[in-house]
Amino acid sequence: MALNTKRRKKIRVLPGFKLTLGFTLFYLGLIVLIPLSAVFWKTSSLTWQDFWHTVTMPTAMASYRLTFGASFLAALINAFFGFIVAWILVRYDFFGKKLVDALVDLPFALPTAVAGITLASLYSKNGWLGHCLEPLGIKVANTQLGVFVALTFIGLPFIVRTVQPILDDLDPELEEAAASLGANRWQVFWRVIFPMLTPALLTGFAMAFARALGEYGSVIFIAGNIPLKTQITPVVIMGELDMFDYAKATAIAVVMLVVSFVLLLGVNVLQWWTNRHNTTNLA
Amino acid sequence: MTPVATTFHGARPGHRRTTSESPAVRRLLIGVAMAFLCLFLFLPLIFVFVQALVKGLGFYLHTITDPLALSAIKLTFIAAAIAVPLNCVFGVCAAWAIAKFDFRGKNILLTLIDLPFSVSPVISGLIYVLVFGAQGWYGLYRNADNPTFPWLANWLNDHNVNIIFALPGIVLATIFVTFPFVARELIPLMQAQGRAEEEAARVLGASGWQTFARVTLPNIKWGLLYGVILCNARAMGEFGAVSVVSGKIQGRTNTIPLHIEALYDNYNFAGAFAVASLLALLALVTLGLKTWVEYKNAALNQDESKA
Repeated sequence: MALNTKRRKKIRVLPGFKLTLGFTLFYLGLIVLIPLSAVFWKTSSLTWQDFWHTVTMPTAMASYRLTFGASFLAALINAFFGFIVAWILVRYDFFGKKLVDALVDLPFALPTAVAGITLASLYSKNGWLGHCLEPLGIKVANTQLGVFVALTFIGLPFIVRTVQPILDDLDPELEEAAASLGANRWQVFWRVIFPMLTPALLTGFAMAFARALGEYGSVIFIAGNIPLKTQITPVVIMGELDMFDYAKATAIAVVMLVVSFVLLLGVNVLQWWTNRHNTTNLA
Repeated sequence: MTPVATTFHGARPGHRRTTSESPAVRRLLIGVAMAFLCLFLFLPLIFVFVQALVKGLGFYLHTITDPLALSAIKLTFIAAAIAVPLNCVFGVCAAWAIAKFDFRGKNILLTLIDLPFSVSPVISGLIYVLVFGAQGWYGLYRNADNPTFPWLANWLNDHNVNIIFALPGIVLATIFVTFPFVARELIPLMQAQGRAEEEAARVLGASGWQTFARVTLPNIKWGLLYGVILCNARAMGEFGAVSVVSGKIQGRTNTIPLHIEALYDNYNFAGAFAVASLLALLALVTLGLKTWVEYKNAALNQDESKA
């Protein structure tokens, strides 16, 4: 009884709970949940066999392999270089550091279509980079390598921005303690610093990977979209839509949505792990 | 622009020297990072502006003041002008409910708010085609023999209210892809600020609205601005979702990114880059504002910790 009144009082001090929560749920339902449920409604119009046949057709299978493979590799490359970028931004001073720090977010701010035509032209036969690479036998435009390049560009900020704040908060005493106990610099990094950054690094990796899986605008210009070769999954969905085959497009979309939701769950678990890791560090 | 390594954390020379790397390693790391950033960031950025002006200033001005370009710019501004304020109101409401009150299912709500970020842009467009397209719920309703609310179906048919391949569809897709931006900035900020100040204002006799306007709003204004800036950048630059729902009718349902695609596909590369340079400028302004807001916010926090 006492607890009950206490709780009631707490709600009454600040107004607007029902109004704001009500609007939040209404807007969320209208814009996100109801339209998303349409995907599952549309899929239910297919028989299980049709669904399976659509999502395993050769063009779709080839696109999954390319999308997952290129996204994974791009996230991996970004994990390596992004880590170094975060490191130099936190630990060293150099000319132009503030500018570099601000520009790291460019792939977030630059519209994907602009990134797409820019990368496609840069790496085309006559482009600044393409005409240097082509004599070496490296073709980027209209190949799977082009997909990888575009996905690397858009995933760049994720690792930097997840590792940077954690690295900044690291307690220098831990490194000093390790050094005073006789560890060399590499041992301090590998045994003390790196393990503390692992959750952040994994979170950034998962976020870059998830973003790359769904990416469309920056990839289509450089990839050339050749069926079975350089078509990513969103392009396959787009192709079915252009032929007004909504059921097929939706079936492949369901596969992508399920994968994205699983990844979102994974990122949330990782973030929870990161937070717990940090609080134990503080304590 | 050769980066020169100086002492680690210049403000405290020698303080952590035992725990820093040798100058050679430092230079190597800075060199590797800068090479990577040059290849993937600076070079593409410079390339946009060089290509935009490759046919001269006259061609540039001609391309961006072309009627088709102007109609694309206008459409993009209209879509952003509707989507950004709506998501702003939503963000403030969601943050108020989540940060100031306790209720069950809060974590589920937080995850659902983030959902649009994990949906591919193409699928974001697809879901609205499924709801509002000719074969979707809306289309089925308009063509039904005995619709519920016949007056509504008649009115929709008489006025030929189209959502897909028209402005409403573009606005809806834009709202969807920018849905979490403001909420995501405000929720952690308002959670960190707690509710004590608002409760004090209420106890001292302020009305609910006064409490929000005079206590909460000044506390969250930088976070709100930050969210709005990011939301706007994405709203104006969205490509995948909008390209599914727009129908790409030149001069009518083409936004700036779709106009760029149309120019590029017609082998008018200089034209495509001229229009693209507008969006690249927008991106640079966004990054500049973002850095400025972060700087302001840091200064504000420092003042508070001093006081």
